Amino acid sequence: MIPPVTQTPMLRTEALAKGFTLHLRDGLHIPVLAGVELTAYAGECVVLSGPSGAGKSTLMRALYGNYRADSGRILVRHRHAEIDIATADPRAILAVRHETLGYVSQFLRVVPRIPTLDVVAEVLTARGRSQEEARAAATAMLLRLNIPARLHGLPPATFSGGEQQRVNLARGFIAEHPILLLDEPTASLDAANRDVVVTMVREAKTRGAAIVAICHDAEVRDSIADRLFPLPPLQEAA
Amino acid sequence: MSGQTLISGRGLSLSFGRVTALRNVDVDVWPGEMLAIVGESGSGKTTLLNVLAGRVSPDRGIVQYRDPEDTLHDVHAMPAPTLRTLHRSDWGFVHQDPRQNLRMAVSAGGNVGERLMARGARHYGNIRAQALDWLAQVEIDASRIDDLPRTFSGGMLQRLQIARTLVTHPRLVFMDEPTGGLDVSVQARLLDLIRSLVARLNIAAVLVTHDIAVARLLAQRIAVMQRGEIVETGLTDQVLDDPRHPYTQLLVSSVLTT
Repeated sequence: MIPPVTQTPMLRTEALAKGFTLHLRDGLHIPVLAGVELTAYAGECVVLSGPSGAGKSTLMRALYGNYRADSGRILVRHRHAEIDIATADPRAILAVRHETLGYVSQFLRVVPRIPTLDVVAEVLTARGRSQEEARAAATAMLLRLNIPARLHGLPPATFSGGEQQRVNLARGFIAEHPILLLDEPTASLDAANRDVVVTMVREAKTRGAAIVAICHDAEVRDSIADRLFPLPPLQEAA
Repeated sequence: MSGQTLISGRGLSLSFGRVTALRNVDVDVWPGEMLAIVGESGSGKTTLLNVLAGRVSPDRGIVQYRDPEDTLHDVHAMPAPTLRTLHRSDWGFVHQDPRQNLRMAVSAGGNVGERLMARGARHYGNIRAQALDWLAQVEIDASRIDDLPRTFSGGMLQRLQIARTLVTHPRLVFMDEPTGGLDVSVQARLLDLIRSLVARLNIAAVLVTHDIAVARLLAQRIAVMQRGEIVETGLTDQVLDDPRHPYTQLLVSSVLTT
């Protein structure tokens, strides 16, 4: 077992910059990130801090390869080597996401009609686990996040915001990725469910996962963060 | 990245009179992945699909298919019988209108079994058993096996076409707007079905669609076409969430959200 907070950088950025050019608004360019140097080690949780609009979610999405970096590097430890997400080809990014890099967004996006249990279980079947094993693990994970068994057979489309977020969390945590990106994991959860998520984050750290999170809830942030990574808005930094 | 492409197009150009349908298009598909080609009507996406599938010849450029023995074939230099054999075995084509693929005067089971017979299957019991199995996989009740397709609804016809296409376990399937013209609920069911079958059978697919929500749900990679050119390509979520080309930005911002 990997000891908590080792000196293995699992994820680091070098001079990362990202902006948006809005062609529908006459090519208006909005710089969001510049010179970002973030490192996350195995077994620690780094929480991004900064006011709304500072680019926290943009950074998260860039780390996941969902947004494309303009310049700089995003180095992810994958299969004992570092791979640069900023320049990797699509299939390499998919392989990194599959094995190494998990992401829990604030929104659940799934194919309509699939029962909640399978939405979670498919994460494991896609990793070669048997249908029975995957369903058993998914059931346990959903129950742990207080999604009652009577809902497991229903597609999550009709669930409340909090329930959908917990389905998303179940999907995010069940694969046990070595790196986890959490964007507001407790935003629409009640106190009891926030506590479950805090425990799950601690367990992930104990197994050696590196976690980068955005978390506005001060209590949750204080319970999970090993350190904060300040992200000042570019206008002020300039 | 390791692995070799299953099918590749290079420098594909095609004009119909003064209209340019394809302009210097490069495209690759790897085994087991789905590539979505999106764009508005007239952008050339269906033409590209037909050129890749050898149904329409380009003015310039080459399409190469890698067979299971790792031999490359120039799709447009192949003798017609060889191409037909390929379409009956390694490849499948799902049309927007299932009537283009189905034989309307032949029973549902016959439509599925016919593909097997074309590939050499002769044992009636086996063929019928496989047809039944495939009807079940596309959620058509076994009691309908002897019914003619004309008694089927639009969604059922589309599912029957998919059963007929996939029964031979193709390695590569071309799909032209497979969920077009269907009710939203029927479409969702079909998307779920295509996604699970393609994943389970490890089929590669080229999917032409004007619906970027369909592309997002099914395809790992996407190519955006405008006026016969691929203007942007990459990971589906990357291109749709962080579009760079003006046309992709317009396309993404034009989608209704619920």
